[in-house]
Formats: sequence, C-alpha cells, structure tokens
Amino acid sequence: MTDQQHQDPPAPSADGDVLRVEHISKKYGAVTALVDVNMHLERGEVLALVGDNGAGKSTLLKIICGFQPPTSGRILLDGQEVTFTSVRHARSLGIDIVYQDLALVNQLTVYENMFLNREPVRWPLLRKKQMRKEAQEHLDSMGIKTLKSVDLKVASLSGGQRQAIAVARSVFSEAKIMLLDEPLAAMGVKEGALILDLVRDLKEQGMSIIIIAHNYGQVFPVVDRVNLLQGGKITFDKYSRDTSVEELTEIVVAEYRKALEERHRAAS
Amino acid sequence: MNGAGAPLSERKGMAHVSGTVQEAPEVVGGPPEQPSRGAMRALRDVGALLIRQREATVFVVDVLLIIYFGFISSVGRHAFFTHTNQITVTQLAAPIIIIALGEVMLLICGEIDLSVGFTYQLAPFIMFFLINDYHFPGLLAILIALLCGPVIGWFNGFLTVTMGLPSFIATLGTAFVINGIVLTTSHAQQESIPPQVHGIAHWIGQYAWAEITWAVILTAIFHVLLIRTRWGLHTVATGGNLLGAREAGVSVARIKYGNFMLTGFLGAFVGLQIAFQISIIDPTSGGFTPMFYAVAAAVIGGTAMLGGSGTIIGAFLGGILLAILTNGFSVIGISANPLPIIFGGAILLAMIANVQLTRLRERGRA
Repeated sequence: MTDQQHQDPPAPSADGDVLRVEHISKKYGAVTALVDVNMHLERGEVLALVGDNGAGKSTLLKIICGFQPPTSGRILLDGQEVTFTSVRHARSLGIDIVYQDLALVNQLTVYENMFLNREPVRWPLLRKKQMRKEAQEHLDSMGIKTLKSVDLKVASLSGGQRQAIAVARSVFSEAKIMLLDEPLAAMGVKEGALILDLVRDLKEQGMSIIIIAHNYGQVFPVVDRVNLLQGGKITFDKYSRDTSVEELTEIVVAEYRKALEERHRAAS
Repeated sequence: MNGAGAPLSERKGMAHVSGTVQEAPEVVGGPPEQPSRGAMRALRDVGALLIRQREATVFVVDVLLIIYFGFISSVGRHAFFTHTNQITVTQLAAPIIIIALGEVMLLICGEIDLSVGFTYQLAPFIMFFLINDYHFPGLLAILIALLCGPVIGWFNGFLTVTMGLPSFIATLGTAFVINGIVLTTSHAQQESIPPQVHGIAHWIGQYAWAEITWAVILTAIFHVLLIRTRWGLHTVATGGNLLGAREAGVSVARIKYGNFMLTGFLGAFVGLQIAFQISIIDPTSGGFTPMFYAVAAAVIGGTAMLGGSGTIIGAFLGGILLAILTNGFSVIGISANPLPIIFGGAILLAMIANVQLTRLRERGRA
C-alpha cells in the first residue's frame, strides 16, 4: 500500500467496469513481477491480455483469480473493493479461471466434471440422473454439440472438447467474469474455431472475458480490446477496432530487437 | 451403448456381490453359451463387456477356477464343495477383501497404506489390555479397539498430507512402530479372548459365516460409497487430478485423511475378526502379508496404482480369486510352494491388462 499516490488513475472508463485492478504490484523477494499495473474490464467485453513469457501475464492472472495476493494495490469488483482469500473465494464472487488441462479430471465423466464439488445430493447418494440431465441441457443451451454423451470419460475427449467442457462448467457455476488461460494452446484450427465461437456466444450472453494468449493473431477476431504487458507493466491499451494484428506484431518485434541489443551490449 | 455404460456397470456390480459368494455353485451355469441366432451377438457383447468392465474378466476367472477345482479336478470334485472347505475359502477371502476395500479407496486417491496389517495386529491387544488391565466393559473395549484404527489412519494422513511424506514411506514407518509397540506391550506373548466379549465375538468373527457376511456387507457399502456418493467422486477426483480437484474446491486433504482413517478402521476390524475366529490374540498375526494380499486383490480387480481409477467389486472378486487359488491348490494336494509364482503372474497379468486396456478403451472412445 506504499506507492498508492503514484501515477494517474487507471485508463479511461466509467461505471461499466465489472473489474478494475488498481496500482497492483507483485514482488517475489527481490524479483518484481508486476509494477503498478492498472487494468479494467468492461461489462460484456472480451479483453486479450498478451505479452511475452515472463512479462507478468500469469502473475496478474493469479492475482485476479485469487490464487495469490498482490504485494500492493487493490481490486474492485463491480466498484466494490475485494480481497480474495483463495481461488474458491474469488470463484464464489463470480470470477472463474479456466485451465484446459488443470480443470478437468480425466477419470470422471463429463457430467461428473461439470458438477465437481457442486453435486446435487439426496443424502447420502448423488442425484446422478439429475446431474446427467442438467449437464446435457446445459451443453445443449451453449450450443456444444460435439459430444456424443455426457457419460463419456473426459480422458477420451479431444483438446477442443475438453476446453469447451471446462468453459461450460465455468458458465454453469454462474461465473460473471471468465479468465481463459491460453484457451487455444495445442489446438488445431477447427478445434480453435469451436472455442472462439463459444467465446463469442458467451459474450453475447453478457459474460465478461479475459483471454490470456500467446498467439494473439488467433484470438484477435473475437477480442474487443487488447492489453499488452511488457516487463510487468501494461504498455499498450487499445480497442481492437483501433489497432491490428500488424501493429501488435510491430511492438512485439521491437521489444524483441531491444532485448537482442541489450544482450549484445551486455556480452561486449 | 455409452449412455447406458455407467448404470449397467453398477447394476452388474451389485449382482456380483450377492451372487458370487454363498451361491458359487449356481453361478457356474451363468454365462449363456447356448447356440441360437443371438449367439454370435451375445458372444460379441460378452467380449465387449470383458474389455469394458474389468470386474467381468475377474469374475469369469473366478468362475473358471471354481469349475476347475470343484468339478474337473478328480480330487477337488470330492473336497472343494464340502461345507468345511466352503468356510475355509470364505475365511481366507474375507480379510483380504475387507482390507482391500480400504486400499482401493487409498490407491484411487493416490496413496497406499502399508501399516494396515499392524493395526490389525494391535487392535485385539488394545481390547485385551482394556478389559484385563483396566476392567473396561467388553463392548466398550471393542469400540475403543476399533477406534484405534482411525487414529492410526489419522496419523498416517498427518504424515502424508500435512508433513508431505510419500505414503509408501510414512506408512512403512508407522508399520514398524506399531509392530514394536505390539511386541513390547504383549511381551510377544499370545493371549486368550477375555470371557467378557465371548458373546459379541460370535457376531464379529467366530460364527463360520460371520467374516464373509461382513465382507459382503462392507463391499456393498464401499461400492456405494465409491460410485454413488460425493466422497467417492471426490476420491477419484483427488487421485485423478490433484490440482484440478483442489481448484474446484474439493478438500483433497480431507479426502486423503478420511481414506487413511477408513483403511485403519477396516484393519482394526479384521484384526478383531481373526482374533475371535482363532480364539487367540496373536502378536505375530497380521503384518505385511495381509496388506500385500489386499493390494494384490485390488490390482487384480482393476485398480491402478497411479490413482484416479479402481473398483470395489473388482477388489472383492480379486480377493475371492486369491482365496480360491490358495485353497484350491491345497485341496487338490499340490504343494503350496509354487503358489506365489501364480500369484505373481496373476498380479503382473492384471497390471498389464490394466495399463493396456485403459489405453485401448481411451482410444476406442475418442
């Protein structure tokens, strides 16, 4: 909380922000991962968070999803300051993070995964019929039709299907803000298209989404705004209609050149 | 086909529980082999079932062994189905099965308990000391002896979950410690069952059919626990994807502690049963052997050591398989010396099947 009166207030926006991150810094011992980051997410918006490895993307993500607290700064949810005590706590407030591989249990069926830790019970037994039916209805309502049955074990699904299930589960848990961490990682074009369609649908239904992506070119078509993280700072914040994949590439390439030069200088 | 998969397996499983044990002779006629127009399809369905349901495979092996020892072997024909021998088989199977139930739960959530055979050793002595030295009423002494199981289980959970030791090492340590406690406190002397508990002893383990009846009841309970309850689902989730389960808010520590405690309870229970069955409290009973048999039964029944998968019914049938093999060999008069070779082979075959069939299944369903 020391460097609170530092710099100007976060980027232009009004009460429409569903999430605001103000003056967030994160230090791991001597290493500073984030420096006074200001970020906001508008209601019903898809925000892409891009940047190189080590730029602080995952640190920022971990702070927003409640996995770890920031060293300083605050988080506002619907204008209310919140302090997340755990991922579970953040989730209960409507912020849900979706990992492709971490989220699902291979040995369980699709419907069991969708209900994991929220299973309906008629003590002491699970209401399996209800689980199956609701899971199927939910997938249908989201337009996820690539599954033969909700009785399939997740192990037998493709990467795209898994991601779709993980997203569906998140929606199912009544998330308001969804954090997608590399949703297209290791996915073919067709599968990727499935997920992008899903993101579009969710946005139409009013979900606010942050996508962490390495390959911003792939997600660019569904994104409303782009934030670029460089060296623990957000250095770029533009609506996607005001920018282009080319402009982003230029910035990234410039950064790459600078890094190369620095290395040369250090070597000589 | 897929849609009906899970409920089918459950119904099938329950049928096994009631079907295999007491009614073993009737079950022999079970698999439909009569030649009809549906024969080919039936055969194919059976084949598919064998691949999909591990329990079915073990069940068939059990039946084949019963047929061999009970009907084909010229010696076994006269000896295998005698009343005494039926009881012998069930008394061999029951302790393996009951301990295996706990081990299955632990293996599924990614742990193992090597100490359970020593909890088995300790429990009847606790009962004895409480009655003999502290004049506790019999029933209370039995309850406390049973409770020492979960207490040891809790300690194993503490070492594994809270202290972060691998359970293989943690429970190896507790195993030796408990063994030492038993030997020290009992001065390595056998004791007899105190008269205060003679009545209840019959119900726990002394009646001829008591042990297998308990094994069947507990199998049914654990099967439901694994397949039908949140506890079971979370146990699978914990072993299948520890991080993912934790992310979803599953209390993985509680699941692991709980399954160690359940296993400890079962160990204590079996210890009392055996003591009542043989009417002696023996400081050398239990130990590593019953635990390894139980793990073998679990593995033969289709439980993977990698966590995330396993079946209670499979462990039950695996326990029956080990018991029939042990007993059958002695019944038909073959030396028991080569028996471990067969056990080892069965474990390896089962494990290969586990690994390969899982691969096959996952590929087939994709």
